[in-house]
Amino acid sequence: MEAIKKHKGLVYPLNRTNIDTDQIIPKQFLKRIERTGFGQFLFYHWRFDDNGNKRQNFALNKEAYEGVTILLAGENFGCGSSREHAPWALLDYGFRVIIAPSFADIFYNNALKNGIIPIQLDEEQIGEWMKQAEETSMSLDIDLINQQITDSAGNNISFHIPAYHKEKLINGWDEIALTLKHEDKISAYEVR
Amino acid sequence: MGKPQTIIEKIWEKHVVHQEEGKPDLLYIDLHLVHEVTSPQAFEGLRLSNRKVRRPDLTYATMDHNVPTQNREVIKDKVSKKQMETLQENCKEHGIKLADMFHPDQGIVHVIGPQLGLTQPGKTIVCGDSHTSTHGAFGALAFGIGTSEVEHVLATQTIWQERPKTLNVKVEGELGPGVTAKDLILAIIAKFGVRFGTGYVIEYTGQAVRNLSMEGRMTVCNMSIEAGARAGLISPDEKTIEFLKGKEYVPDGDAYKQLADSWLQLATDEGAKYDKTVTIKAEDIEPQVSWGTNPGMCVPISGKTPDLNEVDYREDVERALEYMGLDENQPITSIEIDHVFIGSCTNSRLNDLQKAASIVDGRKVKENVRAIVVPGSFSIKMQAEKEGLDMIFKKAGFEWREAGCSMCLAMNDDIVPPGGRCASTSNRNFEGRQGNGSRTHLVSPEMAAAAAIEGHFVDVRKYAGVPS
Ligand code: SF4
Repeated sequence: MEAIKKHKGLVYPLNRTNIDTDQIIPKQFLKRIERTGFGQFLFYHWRFDDNGNKRQNFALNKEAYEGVTILLAGENFGCGSSREHAPWALLDYGFRVIIAPSFADIFYNNALKNGIIPIQLDEEQIGEWMKQAEETSMSLDIDLINQQITDSAGNNISFHIPAYHKEKLINGWDEIALTLKHEDKISAYEVR
Repeated sequence: MGKPQTIIEKIWEKHVVHQEEGKPDLLYIDLHLVHEVTSPQAFEGLRLSNRKVRRPDLTYATMDHNVPTQNREVIKDKVSKKQMETLQENCKEHGIKLADMFHPDQGIVHVIGPQLGLTQPGKTIVCGDSHTSTHGAFGALAFGIGTSEVEHVLATQTIWQERPKTLNVKVEGELGPGVTAKDLILAIIAKFGVRFGTGYVIEYTGQAVRNLSMEGRMTVCNMSIEAGARAGLISPDEKTIEFLKGKEYVPDGDAYKQLADSWLQLATDEGAKYDKTVTIKAEDIEPQVSWGTNPGMCVPISGKTPDLNEVDYREDVERALEYMGLDENQPITSIEIDHVFIGSCTNSRLNDLQKAASIVDGRKVKENVRAIVVPGSFSIKMQAEKEGLDMIFKKAGFEWREAGCSMCLAMNDDIVPPGGRCASTSNRNFEGRQGNGSRTHLVSPEMAAAAAIEGHFVDVRKYAGVPS
């Protein structure tokens, strides 16, 4: 996984709650055996109609949101199936940061494993940015090391992320290699 | 005697391999279930970093998500076929037992675990599938993981987990006749919402839970994830050990007796404390029907769709009603369906099929309704056929299929067409879950069967001979 310490990018506001992984990446695209190439199918049925044409009323299709890398969303983002294809699709599309009032547990973990920063903030702050980003193009500057977000007006908002998650994101560590440092303990457990 | 503990704490403590201040615990995994959709990238990861599967003997694989449920010999979908072949090659290469499409033990991963006795009280169980919570019915700590974690477990047989908070969902009293485990869990989610379990492991307690069959308990634990919890479980009791007796992977004789004793010891101690407790009265629960696009959007059969002036998150409710093609304040019994699906890891066990069959027996599926029954495993299918259930369903106009996930997520050919409306015994009513543009109503097998006959939702309790 690619290390991530800082990220500055354009914001895409998706003002819906309980966005489930079936919406993030519909099941017909789960048959691939690779980790890559899922970005084109992200939010597929919201982005495209039955004939595969872009839906004009879905904001992500608008020019103003080209090149977005930060997603703002409502409560309980990523609920539903455990499919890691969801973070793969978000990452492949270009998203590196997701900001929501709350995340589903499995999705939160899956995002971290792929170098996406899931940031939990209060609904009010998100609502404010959501409105702004719906009106004009807006960017945020995220500093993971200092756990701070700077918005275009220069406001600094701090956020919480567990230290061990932060450490892994910043270093882009291979978790299996880290775990295998404890192999003696695993072996000891097995003969217990 | 030490401090009273919940079963969750007992299992956790037994499985900690490594612990460090300020970090998650490293937990040992006793059983890793694998299926074709969430594993290929994990095996590929192992290959790229030259790693092996640490404990193939604690790993078990099957094919369920995209297997056809008819005409298995020719898989038309090339990509599905490739995915299944990949699983076959991976299992062969790493020495993992696989119940492939033609194996007598094949079935939905969460149905065959308990059926084979692989699922046992006190075990830690993971699978790259969120409904792994199902196995919690046996007093196991079982939860779904992503593909990176699948790779991690394959390589190390462990997983990093933050110690979860504990949530006691206490169901007081008894369920009325015709009200099922499915209605109970739907009512719980409707009452407390789709995220009340986030960050928790749920233990279901109380008289109504004790009274449930093992099948019913699996239905309840299955949908813990729809309540936001990664895992839900029920302390083992006599029913649990009785169910497991004689199962293929459960030892017999004295070894069984000893095991069974140790299983019963796992039950939550009298006086143990939970981080949170919520209570619901079983008597108040009616048969449930979901009307919207998440499992919390659910009301009793006597109810109506919401009044837009009375809801929080009005926009979400409006969107859901629009997607579902329903009006506000619309009586549930007025909703007409054109598809019925009886199956999925929530409700495809023998007991579910028996109950649905008892409703269907001697009646006919309404004109223009397409109804299918998909048993949870090959073995359930065989047992059901022995009892003649297949004939009851077929005579009534149901299609009778081979085992798999099928129309629960429509990765194979079993799809609800755009705009189609399905009474489904599965667990998710998300937009497009059963096919692009499909509309799903979650119900019990009995309610699904009755809807198939009537062509719209009805209170199954008005049917004669309803099993309780
Ligand atoms: S039956 Fe449905 S919910 Fe269960 S494992 Fe299969 S796809 Fe998932």
